[in-house]
Amino acid sequence: MAYVAIADRDHEQEHHDPQTFITKYVWSQDHKVIAIQYGVVAIFVGLIAMGLSVMMRLQLGFPDSFELIRPENYYQFVTMHGMIMVVYLLTALFLGGFGNYLIPLMCGSRDMVFPFLNMLSFWFYLLSVIILLASFFVPGGATGAGWTLYPPQAIAAGTPGVDWGILLMLGSLAVFIVAFTMGGLNYVTTVLQARCKGMTLMRMPLSVWGIFMATILGLLAFPALLVSAVMMLLDKLVLTSFFMPAIISAGEQLSYSGGTPILFQHLFWFFGHPEVYIVALPAFGIVSDVLATHARKNIFGYRMMVWAILAIGGLSFIVWAHHMYVSGMNPYFGFFFATTTLVIAVPTALKVYNWVLTLWQGNIHLRVPMLFAIAFIFTFIHGGLTGLFLGNVVVDLPLSDTYFVVAHFHMVMGVSPVLVVFAGIYHWFPKITGKMFNETLGRWHFWLTFLGTYSIYLPMHYLGFLGVPRRYYAMGNTDFMPASAQTLNATMTVAAIIVALAQFIFLYNVIVSLRSGKKAGSNPWGATTLEWQTPDTPPKHGNWGHSLPEVHRWAYDYSVPGQEQDFTPQTVPASEVPVGRDHGVTHE
Amino acid sequence: MSEAAMTSTGEVLPNGLKGVVEDFSADKQAFHVPWGKAMMWIFLLSDTFIFSCFLISYMTVRISATDPWPIPSEVFALSFGGDPIPLVLIAIMTFILITSSGTMALAVNMGYRKNRKLTFWLMIATALLGASFVGMQAFEWTKLIVDEGVRPWGNPMGAAQFGSSFFMITGFHGLHVSAGVIYLLVVAFRVKNGFYERRGGNYEIVEIVGLYWHFVDLVWVFIFAFFYLW
Repeated sequence: MAYVAIADRDHEQEHHDPQTFITKYVWSQDHKVIAIQYGVVAIFVGLIAMGLSVMMRLQLGFPDSFELIRPENYYQFVTMHGMIMVVYLLTALFLGGFGNYLIPLMCGSRDMVFPFLNMLSFWFYLLSVIILLASFFVPGGATGAGWTLYPPQAIAAGTPGVDWGILLMLGSLAVFIVAFTMGGLNYVTTVLQARCKGMTLMRMPLSVWGIFMATILGLLAFPALLVSAVMMLLDKLVLTSFFMPAIISAGEQLSYSGGTPILFQHLFWFFGHPEVYIVALPAFGIVSDVLATHARKNIFGYRMMVWAILAIGGLSFIVWAHHMYVSGMNPYFGFFFATTTLVIAVPTALKVYNWVLTLWQGNIHLRVPMLFAIAFIFTFIHGGLTGLFLGNVVVDLPLSDTYFVVAHFHMVMGVSPVLVVFAGIYHWFPKITGKMFNETLGRWHFWLTFLGTYSIYLPMHYLGFLGVPRRYYAMGNTDFMPASAQTLNATMTVAAIIVALAQFIFLYNVIVSLRSGKKAGSNPWGATTLEWQTPDTPPKHGNWGHSLPEVHRWAYDYSVPGQEQDFTPQTVPASEVPVGRDHGVTHE
Repeated sequence: MSEAAMTSTGEVLPNGLKGVVEDFSADKQAFHVPWGKAMMWIFLLSDTFIFSCFLISYMTVRISATDPWPIPSEVFALSFGGDPIPLVLIAIMTFILITSSGTMALAVNMGYRKNRKLTFWLMIATALLGASFVGMQAFEWTKLIVDEGVRPWGNPMGAAQFGSSFFMITGFHGLHVSAGVIYLLVVAFRVKNGFYERRGGNYEIVEIVGLYWHFVDLVWVFIFAFFYLW
């Protein structure tokens, strides 16, 4: 039976036009509304996580000055900050937020392929957030097991939140995975099956490529987290011994026997390492588009950029045990995982070179999104290089569990993706809201955030070299730490507070610009990709008005020699404007 | 030179290895299948990873358990008056589940022939076979729990992980079968009452249910091999 692609169908498709306020803004099935819902909730929990990090920094910078922060609270803050930032903010914002908004618009679809499932995805996500936040208010409070939740301590007495917190954390993760799966199936199917006429995969903007690959990684990596969450719940609730060896706790022999804690670490990192790229790949994609648009130049080596995304995605599944060099696993594993870790640096470095070469001789406009995108290149190179240190077993052993590790992963998957989140929000703000943001406030936000985060994390590497261990509530008196380390800690805390306050400039900017920003045209940056060619700004339900767009060229026809305009939208036929360079098809 | 392929907007596609990439990344859609079917394949891929993680975890705890592992052919033996026959119930259960895959395949075929009546009855037969599988699983669980004293946290035969992985993995698979039975019944009754007839007479949904059902059967083969035969 011949199957008719959606772009070839007449208007037979079912319309689910929203009728009332409730169906339009609350139980909405429109991908754009769902994207904003995802974004608002993610940024809300992100602010909570930011608050937690400030509390941690206060304790580290000025120990014993705050009665409010007791040791068990400190561990709860560490745990909740980590989990919220990685899963509930970055994963949700990049895939649920940017993915939902950009995929249908950039691929030229009217909506995601399963709008109802998409709506459910958001509500399950909200449920998971509520369960997670509820753990602050149960007896014993949230879990303080560290965001990696390693057993046996995660479910053994003595860890904060061992009664309720850990149950809510694991339950919340399970609900999140269900939510992500419903959304993820939508994103992948939409990219593969619902593009508009002429939109080949090799003509897609890199944002879509990054989000697409990240979603596939999510669909294959989250199962490991789900399974480990189920097994740990069973260990906690019905006293099975999957992860729990025979153990004496507080002088008492527990009923566990024969389990293997390392199994949890393998499962967790089989999820945890791809998770790094679930966060990084959308950032790679978005930054590529922002750089090309504001440098008025085609992205350098588009085809290689796509293959690099695919290679990184594939390799990210065979590097996980580089998080476990000190776990006591078979030492021979270290050789394999160190090798794969260094191999994955090759496609990643290729991307960095291509970003820099995109800027080379470009007509660079230092607008706010561009500032954030260029800052990303700095922080990402920085975090990537320290990653090479830690990927080598012999260098990792002394640095393991020190502040060097904290500095590394905050640079590479904390600061870098968050900078891209801001680049993306500033870049697409005119399309999403129809208003321009305030440029001056944006610049203040950028410089405070960029310089501020650098002054937090650059000195932190030094603390790591001194051997300052991470996750300690207070360092006490130690010989190996000079008094200057504490001065450094205090400085970092001040920087952290400044960065945190700077985020309120951003929130203020969003609110003010929404209310009284200058009206944005449909294509304020002069961009080529489809989302800037919609008939309405912000796009209405169905995105494209009466007829779907047709694509005739790749997404990066900027500054083609001999053209009047320095950009040619993807919808312009080759007969009107010759194609600059196109990897989608060859031309006669 | 072979005939050059063209996109719907009239550009010529390249040949050779580059052409393979271009074919795969052709415009509009990568695979010529409906959205629902594509989504089911992707979902099953994700679900494969869940079951793989469960099975690999089971193998790991089985290898690293400190107490001896109970012998499956003795634990899962049934006696009908005479000597106990090893694995007899599991053999029957496996046979039933694989048979249900056969009736499912026939239902898919009848669906494409738009033979609604036969499609309906074949799907009902599949659902009944599936339900009897779950029923026998309940019997097996009861026997283990009540007669043999197997608990998730321990059992008289040996390693505690035997019971915990058994209940977890067969339970998770049983949930999949039960969900599949409900899914089958919903679609079967929609086939019968003409729901799909009103939507253009497309019975691809039967094949989508079939994909799920065959997957659940395939997973059982692995559970059977790794849990009962090892």
